[in-house]
Amino acid sequence: MAEALLLLAALILAAVGLGLWRVLRGPDPADRLMAAQLLSTGGIAVLLILAAATRAAGLQETALVLALLGGLVSVAFVLAARLAGPR
Amino acid sequence: MSMLLQLLGLLVIAAGAACFALGTIGLLRFPDTLSRLHALTKADSLGLGLVALGLLPFAESLGEALLPFLAWGLVLLSGATTAQLIAERARR
Repeated sequence: MAEALLLLAALILAAVGLGLWRVLRGPDPADRLMAAQLLSTGGIAVLLILAAATRAAGLQETALVLALLGGLVSVAFVLAARLAGPR
Repeated sequence: MSMLLQLLGLLVIAAGAACFALGTIGLLRFPDTLSRLHALTKADSLGLGLVALGLLPFAESLGEALLPFLAWGLVLLSGATTAQLIAERARR
């Protein structure tokens, strides 16, 4: 069972990692941010699966912190864009 | 019984992984920022929800079972909010 869980975690990580191509390509800064957002959500999923597969302590809590910080990233991005004024 | 439930859980997690893959494909293939935003925000919320659901048979305590759903709730809240914020910014 643990092996199957690890395989699924690897698949999710690979799918999300491919999305990082969008960070390189852009073209809008919002596109780059969205790829990072996908990585954050995928990272939460991977950490939760790893917590169930390996029974290592603290992984679930790390996923929870990532969920909290992931939202702040986008809010900070939009606020910074507003403060910088219209493009 | 618990073996069967865990197999079912694996299937649900696999469906969640497929959602993440679809989100990535949408992010890479869709033509403009707003449609990419649309693909991303739905796919990853659903994917994480399915993962949280599929992990239920593997949990050994109540807290361990509920924490993934807490993380999912946070992602739903922040995902819905940031989708609006980013869309507003992208439209300008």
